[in-house]
Amino acid sequence: MERSAGPLRPAAGRQGWLAWVAGIAALAGLAAVPRLGLFAAYLGTEILIAVLFAQSFHLLFGYTGLLSFGQAAFFGMGAYGVAVLLRDVTQSMAVAMAGAVALAALCALVIGFLSVRRDEIFFSMLTLAFGMMVYTVAFQWRSFTGGSDGLTRFEVPPLNLLVARVDLGDIEQYYYFTLVVVVLGVGFLWRLVQSPFGQVLVGLRENPQRMAFVGVHVARYRLAAFVVAGALSGVAGALMSPFAHIASPVYVHWTKSAEPVLMTLLGGSRVFLGPAVGAALFLYLHNLVTQYTDHWEVVLGGILLVLILFFPDGILGSLVRAYPRWKAMKREPAAARRPLGARGGAPASLPAAGRASEREGR
Amino acid sequence: MAALLSVRGLVKEFGRLRAVDGVDLEVEEGELTAVIGPNGAGKTTLYNLITGRYAPTAGSIRFRGREVAGLAPPELVRLGIGRSFQITNVFPNLTVLQNVRIAAIVQMGRQRRWWQRVDHDAELHQACMAVLRQVGLDGLAHRPVNTLSHGDRRQVEVAIVLATRPKLVLLDEPTAGMNPAETRRMVELIQRLHRETGTTFLLTEHDMEVVFSICRRIVVMHRGRVLADGSPEEIRRNPEVRAAYLGEVA
Repeated sequence: MERSAGPLRPAAGRQGWLAWVAGIAALAGLAAVPRLGLFAAYLGTEILIAVLFAQSFHLLFGYTGLLSFGQAAFFGMGAYGVAVLLRDVTQSMAVAMAGAVALAALCALVIGFLSVRRDEIFFSMLTLAFGMMVYTVAFQWRSFTGGSDGLTRFEVPPLNLLVARVDLGDIEQYYYFTLVVVVLGVGFLWRLVQSPFGQVLVGLRENPQRMAFVGVHVARYRLAAFVVAGALSGVAGALMSPFAHIASPVYVHWTKSAEPVLMTLLGGSRVFLGPAVGAALFLYLHNLVTQYTDHWEVVLGGILLVLILFFPDGILGSLVRAYPRWKAMKREPAAARRPLGARGGAPASLPAAGRASEREGR
Repeated sequence: MAALLSVRGLVKEFGRLRAVDGVDLEVEEGELTAVIGPNGAGKTTLYNLITGRYAPTAGSIRFRGREVAGLAPPELVRLGIGRSFQITNVFPNLTVLQNVRIAAIVQMGRQRRWWQRVDHDAELHQACMAVLRQVGLDGLAHRPVNTLSHGDRRQVEVAIVLATRPKLVLLDEPTAGMNPAETRRMVELIQRLHRETGTTFLLTEHDMEVVFSICRRIVVMHRGRVLADGSPEEIRRNPEVRAAYLGEVA
């Protein structure tokens, strides 16, 4: 999965095999993280949650062509949903999480229904506005949400599986629980973008008007993507509050909505796992920089500036694009100058050509 | 037998402008008809009404015996009306195959399948390749469309339309911006598709040579109305047409 390249380039043949090996190696690496110590388990959990959040945003931005600027609303629904359900309703983690995700999906259905008919900046502004409404509720409804203090009066129960009990109060166990949920969520998205439904979303990104004249009700399919993304953002949020032992208004603030956007810019919006790489980098750097200075935003801004000016495909995106060229140069130095299209590659001067190159799995 | 497409008293107003002003038009199954007229005659507006981009101000559009005026484009595509646009309207960042595949996914009812891998769908792949062979683009299947020539891009659009399996195809100036060689290829393609698939074609065109050589029926529009309707010979001889339109060109 790590080597899976562009959104439209299914892993094929030897590359597909390599992708499996790389994927398993990556999972093994992720499973080993808690061995690095408590701190690694904390940071790792935070990163995993951000990965799912950013990847769910990517379904909208990278695949459907919708820049949602209100994903924190659904993250927050998940976070507050779990906290409220654990406080007032249930002592089952599974029930609380399922309820919180259903709440996030429902919220996405309503906000999406009112937003997906608008294009581009108008869509972004609507999602931003709805996100701020949700924030206002979380911030003002003190008796129910704890207002600016957040919601802390809930216990995190152990997770009862048929064969085992997972003590979610233990950070190491919580890390593994998060890892399983996030891998399932990202795996689900991976399948989704390679499906016929995923191709319809890509068509909506590329040319919604053409899609209408191909027989697709544009708003319906956008809404479907919006609800799926909202539900998965909700899953990320539902993992967050039991981890942090607080549902904080920070989780619904518009700056939280900006995080997946920045993470996607960092990692690259044209590769499936770009946002995941961006999320890891974002939180790792955040952690590193804040040890030395409080001016994290300045450093982040500087990094983003360099990336956007010189590597607009993001970090993973640039690596993925450089890889076939590097391989070709190794094999025969002249290959780099081969005519366009002969290898399915495209010159850097075509802004979106990297997206388009595709090899069939046969 | 009733006509495939039957337009009656069709009107479209934009504010005080009557772009289409009472058009009557019957198209029989299997016809290859041209709609011509000077710029601003209402041809593209007529297309936009038939394909659901605009809702008519008044009048009726019957397709295969069913009233379709005011239906949305996706519904009309499902009923069998496909169209190309004056300005090439494709998915430029995707490959030729992907362009056709998106249309085929919808035509074959697979657009809700979220669990299946699209590149493992042999039936879908074969359907796409069949369309590409029909249009003569099978050799370019894996090329991104934005690396193709203008002429090839317009053929990609025809391939997208064909992949929706239309009964009626509306082509809006299919040879616009093409050089003579590309124009010849497009004309041959349209003729061949018409002959081989029996699909009904309606096309607007500025190139009179193209119109008079391939269409057996020509509809002339002028100021939102049908001025004349008949065989190329009748149109050539029609004095009103000569005054309103051909005279301007000559």
